[in-house]
Amino acid sequence: MDLFEYQARDLFAKHGVPVLAGEVIDTPEAAREATERLGGKSVVKAQVKVGGRGKAGGVKLAATPDEAVARATDILGMDIKGHTVHKVMIAETAPEILEEYYVSYLLDRTNRTFLAMASVQGGMDIEEVAEKTPEALAKVPVNAVDGVDIVKAREIVAQAKFPAEVAEKVAEVLVTLWDTFVAEDALLVEVNPLAKVASGDILALDGKVSLDENADFRQPEHEALEDKAAANPLEAAAKAKNLNYVKLDGEVGIIGNGAGLVMSTLDVVAYAGENHGNVKPANFLDIGGGASAEVMANGLEIILGDPDVKSVFVNVFGGITACDEVANGIVQALALLKSKGEEVTKPLVVRLDGNNAELGRKILSDANHPLVQRVDTMDGAADKAAELAAAAK
Amino acid sequence: MAIFLTKDSKVIVQGMTGATGMKHTKLMLGDGTNIVGGVNPRKAGTSVDFDGTEVPVFGTVAEAMEKTGADVSVLFVPPAFAKAAVVEAIDAEIPLAVVITEGIAVHDSAAFWAYASSKGNKTRIIGPNCPGLITPGQSNAGIIPGDITKPGRIGLVSKSGTLTYQMMYELRDIGFSSAVGIGGDPVIGTTHIDALAAFEADPETDLIVMIGEIGGDAEERAADFIKANVTKPVVGYVAGFTAPEGKTMGHAGAIVSGSSGTAQAKKEALEAAGVKVGKTPTETAKLAREILGA
Repeated sequence: MDLFEYQARDLFAKHGVPVLAGEVIDTPEAAREATERLGGKSVVKAQVKVGGRGKAGGVKLAATPDEAVARATDILGMDIKGHTVHKVMIAETAPEILEEYYVSYLLDRTNRTFLAMASVQGGMDIEEVAEKTPEALAKVPVNAVDGVDIVKAREIVAQAKFPAEVAEKVAEVLVTLWDTFVAEDALLVEVNPLAKVASGDILALDGKVSLDENADFRQPEHEALEDKAAANPLEAAAKAKNLNYVKLDGEVGIIGNGAGLVMSTLDVVAYAGENHGNVKPANFLDIGGGASAEVMANGLEIILGDPDVKSVFVNVFGGITACDEVANGIVQALALLKSKGEEVTKPLVVRLDGNNAELGRKILSDANHPLVQRVDTMDGAADKAAELAAAAK
Repeated sequence: MAIFLTKDSKVIVQGMTGATGMKHTKLMLGDGTNIVGGVNPRKAGTSVDFDGTEVPVFGTVAEAMEKTGADVSVLFVPPAFAKAAVVEAIDAEIPLAVVITEGIAVHDSAAFWAYASSKGNKTRIIGPNCPGLITPGQSNAGIIPGDITKPGRIGLVSKSGTLTYQMMYELRDIGFSSAVGIGGDPVIGTTHIDALAAFEADPETDLIVMIGEIGGDAEERAADFIKANVTKPVVGYVAGFTAPEGKTMGHAGAIVSGSSGTAQAKKEALEAAGVKVGKTPTETAKLAREILGA
């Protein structure tokens, strides 16, 4: 889960990373009081989870509370690379910035370790620095057990060739940033720019944090950081039912078991769509191992509730789960939806293979539901689902 | 001979007495796995009856190894306790730890990997978030259904569980030497490369099927490895061609970020290494059949 800048700022502050004061607001009028609290001037910063907001006009100085209201009026509702600005942060104005640096911690998948990255060329797009002047970006592996203490932090600072007069201060920031990374179960913590200001202090002026949702069980406070307003309503409904669902932009609804098989199903449907009016998958939905009638009903309910969906492809390989249970699940799910008054009107193509497939197929044939068709190969079923979606388009 | 797991493997189950552990221990026993014990400190000294097979419960992995000679542990421990359980297996220096648990925090898996490395990697870790591995007809360490296929001469390595099953099913008449599910998490113990190297060295494997998916660069690195080190034919499949950027597709590791981790890049890298890559699981199975003349 990627956080907004203001949420990153709050986490940084909590763990001792030096930041400027700031608060988030969502109405222009609130900018006035917030700016007054900061002594009468502020920086109004659009809160969007995308880079390049400065260039897009999403960061403005306000010399007075009135001006802050005017700038907040301009920025709220602005579109930045497809992201609508719903919140702005009213931040303390930075003292004169003398230098801008870059520091981050992230996972290095290839080496199965964490990585510290640091550069004295901060402020700009770090990917550009990495590409044009790779020698200017120090990459220092960090052992997950040993972590970053002041000694390790000094090593990172030395490798990135920070000027001597800021080296120790930056090292101290690196230790607090590591604390943030570990304590919050983050996948990424990034400060850009980390600024040296006129007073000689080092300040984190902007940051990015991405959190690991697998750690939610020990991070009860993270739920509040979720941007529920921005979530697709179907994705939100699926999440509430503990379903692993991602909305896509096609017409063929997909239900399958196992992440890999569902991903593969999306591909196979997209290929089949090439022969049927270019229809595409409408979603990713993994119902996991169990595939009980209830889970199947929940999944079908979400997918059938998507107006973009014209046909549904249920692709299940019975591993431990037996296909007769899955078939019963489908039949019961349709009955369950009917009893809830949600008449199913979209055609379903079902492919069952693996454990007890024959039994499962028989159950579907016997149920003889007018909207359910059985096709017993994955490629064949994908083709049928694409054909039906194209016909209904 | 197979890889990593044979009929001689002595298997213990960490988390055996939980619901998932019980269910799968029973299934593994049914597939002929030599399960010699379970581990649960609170139930040490008791035993569990699985349809007439008494399986003793030990307090620690070390004790189970000492008393039974166990050399494989399968872990069905909930995510919150998985790190401690893996560390215990590493401390006991059990040769193979198969971590089935789904949903382990990355800081935990990175920590137990770093710990394993600091101890000289005496314990091979498979997973986490994987279906385990099976050597059909001999032993099953994990949750792969034992009745999909029979012993044969295809080796399979895959990031995905259900795609493993699908591929075993497609080629069920030919059979498999071993099938290894390495898991779809960002940090995993055994990689495609480790399994490729083991299959290359296994005289009972004639062809290798490798299943990858979007995210990371493991497939690209596997392609380099194949080019330099693998003489046996390799057939590949990559899932996620149509996955959009920035969306995690079920597995924590399955995410396309910018230009890296796309299925197309992985396919191209594999093909450049001489791997035949199928567009669908069925087509991939067909490619394997053509090579084997089966």
